[in-house]
Amino acid sequence: MSEYLIKNVAVLGGTPTDLLLRDGVIADPADAPADAEVIDASGLIALPGLVDLHTHLREPGREDAETVETGTRAAALGGFTAVHAMANTEPVADTAGVVEQVWRLGREAGYCDVYPVGAVTVGLDGERLAELGAMADSAARVRVFSDDGRCVSDAVLMRRALEYVKAFDGVVAQHAQEPRLTVDAQMNEGELSGRLGLAGWPAVAEEAIIARDVLLAQHVGSRLHVCHVSTSGSVELIRWAKGKGVDVTAEACPHHLLLTDELAATYDPIYKVNPPLRSAADVAALQEGLADGTIDIVATDHAPHPHEDKDCEWAAAAFGMLGLETALSIVQQTMVDPGRLDWAGVAERMSYAPARIGRVSDRHGRPVQVGEPANVVLYDPGARRTIEPSESASLSRNTPYRGMELPGRVVATFLRGKATVLDGKLA
Amino acid sequence: MKRHLLSAADLSRADAELILSTAAELRELADRPIKKLPALRGRTVVNLFFEDSTRTRISFEAAAKRLSADVINFAAKGSSLSKGESLKDTALTLEAMGADAVVVRHGASGAPHRLAHSGWVRSSVVNGGDGTHEHPTQALLDAFTMSRHLGQGQARSLDGRRIVIVGDVLHSRVARSNALLLHTLGAEVTLVAPPTLLPVGVGTWPVEVSYDLDAALPKADAVMMLRVQRERMHGGFFPTAREYSRRYGLDGKRMATLQDHTIVMHPGPMVRGMEITADVADSDRSVIVEQVTNGVAVRMAVLYLLLGGSTPAVGGEE
Repeated sequence: MSEYLIKNVAVLGGTPTDLLLRDGVIADPADAPADAEVIDASGLIALPGLVDLHTHLREPGREDAETVETGTRAAALGGFTAVHAMANTEPVADTAGVVEQVWRLGREAGYCDVYPVGAVTVGLDGERLAELGAMADSAARVRVFSDDGRCVSDAVLMRRALEYVKAFDGVVAQHAQEPRLTVDAQMNEGELSGRLGLAGWPAVAEEAIIARDVLLAQHVGSRLHVCHVSTSGSVELIRWAKGKGVDVTAEACPHHLLLTDELAATYDPIYKVNPPLRSAADVAALQEGLADGTIDIVATDHAPHPHEDKDCEWAAAAFGMLGLETALSIVQQTMVDPGRLDWAGVAERMSYAPARIGRVSDRHGRPVQVGEPANVVLYDPGARRTIEPSESASLSRNTPYRGMELPGRVVATFLRGKATVLDGKLA
Repeated sequence: MKRHLLSAADLSRADAELILSTAAELRELADRPIKKLPALRGRTVVNLFFEDSTRTRISFEAAAKRLSADVINFAAKGSSLSKGESLKDTALTLEAMGADAVVVRHGASGAPHRLAHSGWVRSSVVNGGDGTHEHPTQALLDAFTMSRHLGQGQARSLDGRRIVIVGDVLHSRVARSNALLLHTLGAEVTLVAPPTLLPVGVGTWPVEVSYDLDAALPKADAVMMLRVQRERMHGGFFPTAREYSRRYGLDGKRMATLQDHTIVMHPGPMVRGMEITADVADSDRSVIVEQVTNGVAVRMAVLYLLLGGSTPAVGGEE
């Protein structure tokens, strides 16, 4: 394995220093051997390898949209060294067999560590618990359980899931969407949905579930994670719950930090996502919540779809958008450049905290310092790039940022000292 | 260049008035023994209907044929929603056939917009009704009918006229297009419906909103009743059909509270006994059958202005 001597890199944007990556760990640069590969990192910052708690890798079942290999390539290019692969595959990841398959595919691909998320209920059907313990005990060591794509809407089932996963320190990651309030829902419910004639997805459908779930988590003393928070009311509810001492964490997605529902007026389903793009006031509340820590993490909800599922009328199109390769740039644009967050704050929200929530912080989400695992991203915050969908490493092209100029560029990603990305390209 | 008619919001007041005055000239054709003009000879109009709508389809067909256009009716029964051929592939087929204008009726809101702006076709796109979004030619024929009965002055202006639209506004593309167009033409629109059948955000529309039909009727110059599908009852939008009729149906007793000159309209198809009773539908105030005749003239005007002149005069910006 190569040894990398990274010169003049600003760790978390601090004073430039040198880093030596050797034998999978960060070592003292004074010990650098003469033949170490030297990387001039002047002007670059170093961040801990990013951890995504919410990725759709689509394998098994939808290998036309993404595979573990292509999805983890995209992840590496985005600066990620670990991703949590959501359970809504075909077959659903609701058994030890499926989660071990996904875990093994991740190891074989080698671009980043893949931690499978287990389904809460059999087939995501919301009727009976999947064998959560078997998935936890499997080689995949599942700790995050989610029916993402669907809400665990039955209150008793949600309560039982919250209680049951305590036995192995698991967490239920809820897709908060009251199903009866969102039948056929297409976009944020508001003045625009009424004008466009698209069925509305009201904020209350998310907030009602979050309100119920934080109360349930408080009642049974369990850990709750809220996926893709999208409304200002949800931020308020989570802020309230944290104030009451409820063990709740929450994520925001890059697209909800930047884009608004006005884009639906194009009727271009590249902007169709679940939960939907919301109002500018919601975007501002999410940014504020992420800045003050109410929202713990940024998670991509990277959701690849084949071209034909987006090249159609809005109602017929699939929900979801790509996110892995643009997440860090979106966070820079919406949080760092306007001064809402420094790079240490970004490390907390995109690496340390998601690793803690996913219970993988023995190997990910560690500080960039001597003795720690060499999971490191080199990032050039001064770069500008225009997003060209065809350049994505994903099998799919459904990025809503097509043609947008975004700040920043991932220059290199190291997974346990091995370069997965060098010079902005897959190594 | 203006090429499409996708929304009533695409029409400036001058655009709308030009369509209505053109329709008035073309309307006289309907009373002649030979009802045909050579204006669109050699042009091809495709009626692309993903939803059953015999009325709208034959209205556009008659309009195109009276202008001597070649007409292709394309009933794409299985939309992509039901895993049939996709909208895109259908559009590419039409493009290959050399359509000059495509009239599209689709169950998905925004489908005509996609057709016009996705680069799939080069032809003009006319929205023949999309989902719960808009139905701009219906609004034009309604405005045309109103101006014939209620219009003032040389231009038969609707300025200050009070139009009451009653019923399922939430799911009605007719209501959306009418609210926009009638506002553009200077009329004052009141939407009357139970709160469950009004869209979120209706307060921002350029209209008055009321839950009380009886209060709205005496001041109306025209009353437009919208169809209420019985299926809505199962969605819990109102308790029973009978209760709906009692509160929001137009019957003889309510009709008696109207001013003498007030007309009664319905875009069809009617559910007699639900939103309108037979005696109202068949009364002297009813212009429902005339709306159909006027529909052909208005659609002739739209097709003529989109395709006929060297500089099309109506429709949205490309």
